[in-house]
Amino acid sequence: MKFADEFRDADLARALAARIAGEAGDKHWKIMEVCGGHTHTIFKYGIEDLLPSNVELVHGPGCPVCVIPMGRVDDGIAVAHEPGVIFTCFGDLMRVPGSDGSLLDAKAAGADVRMVYSPLDALKIAQQNPDKKVVFYAIGFETTAPSTALTLLRAKAEGIRNLFVFCNHVTIIPPMKAILDSPDLRLDGFLGPGHVSTVVGIRPFEFVTNTYNKPVVVVGFEPLDILQGVHMIMQQIQEGRCEVENQYRRVVHDDGNPKALEVLARVFKLRSHFEWRGLGFISQSALELRDEFADHDAEKVFSVPGVRVADPKACQCGEVLKGVLKPWECKVFGTACTPETPIGTCMVSSEGACAAYYNFGRYSRARDRERVLASGERPAGNGNGTANGAVAERDLRAIPVQTR
Amino acid sequence: MTETVVEPGSGAAINAASARISDPEQRVLERIAEIRKRKPMLREDAITMSHGAGGKASHTLVTALFGEILSNPVLDQLGDQAVLALPGVHNMGLAVTTDSFVVSPLFFPGGDIGELAVNGTINDLAVGGATPLGISAAFILEEGLDVATLRRVVESMRRAADRAGVNVVTGDTKVVPRGKADQLFITTTGVGVVALPQRIAIHRVVPGDVVVLSGAMGDHGSTVMLARGDVDLEADNLRSDTMALHGLTAALLADGIDVHFMRDATRGGVATVLNEIAQAAGMAVAIDEASLPVHDEVRGVAEILGIDPLYIANEGKLVAIVAKEDALRAVDLMRSRPEGGEAAVIGEVLADPEGMVFMHTGFGGTRVVDMLIGDPLPRIC
Repeated sequence: MKFADEFRDADLARALAARIAGEAGDKHWKIMEVCGGHTHTIFKYGIEDLLPSNVELVHGPGCPVCVIPMGRVDDGIAVAHEPGVIFTCFGDLMRVPGSDGSLLDAKAAGADVRMVYSPLDALKIAQQNPDKKVVFYAIGFETTAPSTALTLLRAKAEGIRNLFVFCNHVTIIPPMKAILDSPDLRLDGFLGPGHVSTVVGIRPFEFVTNTYNKPVVVVGFEPLDILQGVHMIMQQIQEGRCEVENQYRRVVHDDGNPKALEVLARVFKLRSHFEWRGLGFISQSALELRDEFADHDAEKVFSVPGVRVADPKACQCGEVLKGVLKPWECKVFGTACTPETPIGTCMVSSEGACAAYYNFGRYSRARDRERVLASGERPAGNGNGTANGAVAERDLRAIPVQTR
Repeated sequence: MTETVVEPGSGAAINAASARISDPEQRVLERIAEIRKRKPMLREDAITMSHGAGGKASHTLVTALFGEILSNPVLDQLGDQAVLALPGVHNMGLAVTTDSFVVSPLFFPGGDIGELAVNGTINDLAVGGATPLGISAAFILEEGLDVATLRRVVESMRRAADRAGVNVVTGDTKVVPRGKADQLFITTTGVGVVALPQRIAIHRVVPGDVVVLSGAMGDHGSTVMLARGDVDLEADNLRSDTMALHGLTAALLADGIDVHFMRDATRGGVATVLNEIAQAAGMAVAIDEASLPVHDEVRGVAEILGIDPLYIANEGKLVAIVAKEDALRAVDLMRSRPEGGEAAVIGEVLADPEGMVFMHTGFGGTRVVDMLIGDPLPRIC
């Protein structure tokens, strides 16, 4: 597949990994990937297997579903149960637990909850169902906010009055600042959020280099992007530089997307404060609709409970989101909290650190090593044919496999 | 630059990986592995779409509710088909399977609900090594359904049955008021005979066996998804792979290939079937990403929608667990037939970690491949 396979090349990965290992020295490196999309890629491709043990990737707060507090989910469910409402949201969100069930449960209980791939789909549903109130539950950072804004502008322009947005859009800088101010964590640098940067550009991250003296490299979402980003941070530190660099030039313009920023400014304003799951209230960290769009603002049109619901006691999503705890260090990880029966949001979204670790990373490599040492066979994880020589590799390779 | 590490697979890489897995982490992983072996519990108060997706929730529903209440020695085996003893006959058993079809839309590129019903029923018999004898079909029709639509579906069933050489021998019809069903649903039962003792059985799976997939993954699920028009994507060459596989399975067995187990990879995709095999056999399955056959169109759709072809439904593909020494012959034979033209060895069975499927990624890492969770593509069959 063009424009994807080039960035998943195993030979290049090996070469880059060898370089990283060679330059890592004895130092223990701790690099945070801010974005949940990166976390997903890291686990999906097994990138940690390629890194030496002293280069540690710490998973950050940039998972849109993970940061939604329970009270906001309850609000969404309450709106979904209102008569005449068609409630639309992205698929991930449907399984996020509120204090009494998820949107999926609400759907089973009779609410009209539909998964959409874009807010424009919600607009289409609104056009097709003029007698219904169609609510779009908007989540996400600056990446998804422009599409919500554009949808609202179009609804206004076309006079579609039955589309409502329940806005949970958040911005990336405040949680990064919260993490940098937290005494719990020592980081060497950040892999900056590639998709957010397509909109905001790379300049907003300059506070990280200027105030906190940590390098930032904005990276893409293919596995080679991430390896290269790690290497670029190491190089900066070794060369005594501290800059915001752009590894994702094929997509991210240093100044971002002025059109998208303009649309954001027309539709949204900063909320005075917003509750983040696990991080608590952060001022000026989220967006709300401007007054001109009050008729489309689900929070104003519907009466939502708006109750702040404390996370379940056992849930340590906040610590995981801040990178203070690794997913497996959470008390309920994988036992009470699993992707089928999640307690916290980090276990729901495919971008959540816990779900990524549980779904992809839960492989006991230590046991694999024991087997390898015991048998003297080739180890699993060689990325080069099936493991442990059950069928001689030569024979397997003789079968012409479907090339992709 | 020094020569240190990290040629993946080298001793250094393994040391690095195991150094990263600390003892406490290892303990957590082992505890999770223990918990996963426990019998699943049905916690939900209401049925959600996940229960129909063929993944983990379906598995839980079947074992914790149906399996629990209806438990008996035949059902407890939870195979694609049940094998009943015939009084006085010792070398042959009666294979029975049943399946419902609720696909939306009824017609899609490469097939329709009628063809799906016939082929799906035959496949459930075929993967147990049974020879299909006949099919029963029950129709639930929604008031107002066009007779022309029904005719088209039934004619398609006729063609599929003729092609397969298996007749629809009995049936039933019910009509429900408008809105109580979506056009038409079909439930089929297939009956066949199977030689005893069964050659195809989960207890025959041993470490070292090779995993063979009969062709490219995900054609059916992605085709139906696109045909429904929920996503604005087009792929001209994408069509359902619906196909009867009893000719292929019969050829494998007739050729004396030592097939230990087979299952058709429908809902939940290849990943779910591999997990079922790993759990039922109490072994691990390791697959190699680079060897997985996937058509470009499916990769494209999956990439855009953020789903993995390993979890997308097929209607004409089977996973065969084959004795190591026969694996290459199995692939050659499959490739010589239209049903298996793109067959490939995709992995192998290992003794442990018990019940787990993992994959060597094309990028050089390793990751777990779990059962399907949730329901990315509802009503695909």
